[in-house]
Amino acid sequence: MDKNEYLDIYHQMVLIRRVEERAAELYQQGKIGGFLHLYIGQEAVSTGLISARKPQDPVITAYRDHGVAINVGISAKQVMAELLGKATGISKGKGGSMHMADADKNYWGGHAVVGAHLPIAAGLALGDQYRSTDGVTICMFGDGATNIGFFHEAVNLSKVWNLPVLWVTENNKYGMGTSIERASAVSEIRQKAEGYGITNARVDGMNVIEVRQAAEEYLEHVRSGNGPFFLEAVTYRYRGHSMGDPERYRQKDEIEKWQQEDPIGIFRTFLLKEKIAASEELDEVEEQVEVETQEAIEFAEASPEPAPEELFTHIYAD
Amino acid sequence: MNSFIPTTLQTEPEIKERVMPRITMREAISQALWEEMERDENVFIMGEEVGVWGGTYAVTKGFYDHFGPKRVRDTPIAEAAIIGAAIGAALTGLRPVAELMTINFAFAAMDHIVNEAAKLRYMFGGQFTIPMVIRTPGGGGRQLGATHSQTPDAIFAHFPGLKVVAPGTPEDAKGMLKSAIRSDDPIMFIEHATLYQVRGEVPEEEYTIPLDKAKIHRPGSDVTLVTYSKMLEKSTQAAEELAKDGIEVEIVDLRCLRPLDMEPVLASFKKTNRAVIVEEGWRSYGVGAEVSSRIYEGAFDYVDSPIQRVAQKEVPLPYNRNLEQMALPQVEDVIKAVKEVL
Repeated sequence: MDKNEYLDIYHQMVLIRRVEERAAELYQQGKIGGFLHLYIGQEAVSTGLISARKPQDPVITAYRDHGVAINVGISAKQVMAELLGKATGISKGKGGSMHMADADKNYWGGHAVVGAHLPIAAGLALGDQYRSTDGVTICMFGDGATNIGFFHEAVNLSKVWNLPVLWVTENNKYGMGTSIERASAVSEIRQKAEGYGITNARVDGMNVIEVRQAAEEYLEHVRSGNGPFFLEAVTYRYRGHSMGDPERYRQKDEIEKWQQEDPIGIFRTFLLKEKIAASEELDEVEEQVEVETQEAIEFAEASPEPAPEELFTHIYAD
Repeated sequence: MNSFIPTTLQTEPEIKERVMPRITMREAISQALWEEMERDENVFIMGEEVGVWGGTYAVTKGFYDHFGPKRVRDTPIAEAAIIGAAIGAALTGLRPVAELMTINFAFAAMDHIVNEAAKLRYMFGGQFTIPMVIRTPGGGGRQLGATHSQTPDAIFAHFPGLKVVAPGTPEDAKGMLKSAIRSDDPIMFIEHATLYQVRGEVPEEEYTIPLDKAKIHRPGSDVTLVTYSKMLEKSTQAAEELAKDGIEVEIVDLRCLRPLDMEPVLASFKKTNRAVIVEEGWRSYGVGAEVSSRIYEGAFDYVDSPIQRVAQKEVPLPYNRNLEQMALPQVEDVIKAVKEVL
């Protein structure tokens, strides 16, 4: 990686953090409706993965999707406008927080029903296999999704059909407020892949460099025709499951302990220690993000509401 | 072509009548699939036992050998994976025809049918196109017990974003399946399992039938009978019986439940002022409820008699043959309802 790539990764991680911190404020002001699931704390997983992806690799994720949206290149403006339900949002204000996608960027959302996007991911991978193209589908999901039937049907099918898919579970220890120990038969999620004969690995999801290296290696593994691969990224979300989560299920000191492992902090320390970037340069990135986020909010607030006739568009293609 | 008649003397309808082969619904569906797969590389079939087995209703017999395992894909018994993967493949521009062995198994894939297939296009602001067909047989009358005999068509027709097609003749089945495969929208294509053996005339030449048009199946002047799928058969038998008493029933075959084409229904009703709606599914919240309500909304001034509904008794279908037949709508029920509105 050259210096610009490192700085770009840093920029993306900080942008996700700031866009979401500001989104939380807007939510509290009543400007964002519905549910808002923040990715804060988990930025290294998506950023590391997507940075290793090729444009032909389809990407699909669950409802905690703002980070992925920014990583695939959807602008902060389009993300913020979608959160505010505006016509300029990436889904024209019809999807909201949980449904951001960009078909032109080969990014397929943003899915709000736990585990339901895994069978769809298998189908995206089938698209590449059917046409003998070399895309590898990257499918992200939480540890909570590995307890539902969709997961097992999709992962099994991927092995039976030898589909080019990289399954990535973001193990953040909680499915909503229920800890992994209380919900899953195994706490090391990758063991579930063993049952389907799928090669697997576990990576530190707080370290973007490690995630990136793992993604490069395993995407290549899948691209070479070896069938699906299963990656478990161990991570932690600093905020509640969604806004309005009373967080009775975990202690403050647990969160504080994980905040010592802040993925942005780890990466910043790495960049300084390896002398890839100077402190001032990283500060400059952060200032740039501050401006970008502010502009995104102003753009979203100034954007028009969807026209009333939009209520009836996009139901059918024919 | 009939060689006994000089070509110059053959009028168009006569030619059609003479050469149109009578084939079964199974053959009609099979032909539509075969021809569409020959026409378009992107069309493929996936489902339980569609390949090596040849389809549990033998609709895809011979497909595996001809088209190969890539395009005729046997799946695990995993309905959510079947429909979910079909959606994903459709997003990439392929045209999957996903078969659910029976419509009763669609409940195991309900999230993917109603939460994903029906909504993704809308939810992502029109970015996605989902050209897929879910082919699935349904209906009762085969002593398969309560979980394998349902006619839940109306449930699927409830959801905007889906199209629901349920043909009652081989000609419609072939022409509408072709349209469904060529459509860019997700379509539930509901076949009635007891119609597979039924024969009907099917044009030999290439044709398609639109997915949004009801049709006058039998003209009449006294009562409008609205029905579709299997009940078209029973309603026709009832109409033939009633004709012996001089009662002329006009049968409107809905063919599609969503979108619902009320135009021929209302036109017919404005002529007859009387209507009976016949469906195989349960009466509560059913097709009859919807159609009769729309008739009241659209032609209230023409109503001469309360609209009657013929439907399944409100019980899970029993195994016992007599009990099962008691629960299903019969020709006599249709006759009785028609006499009721006269």
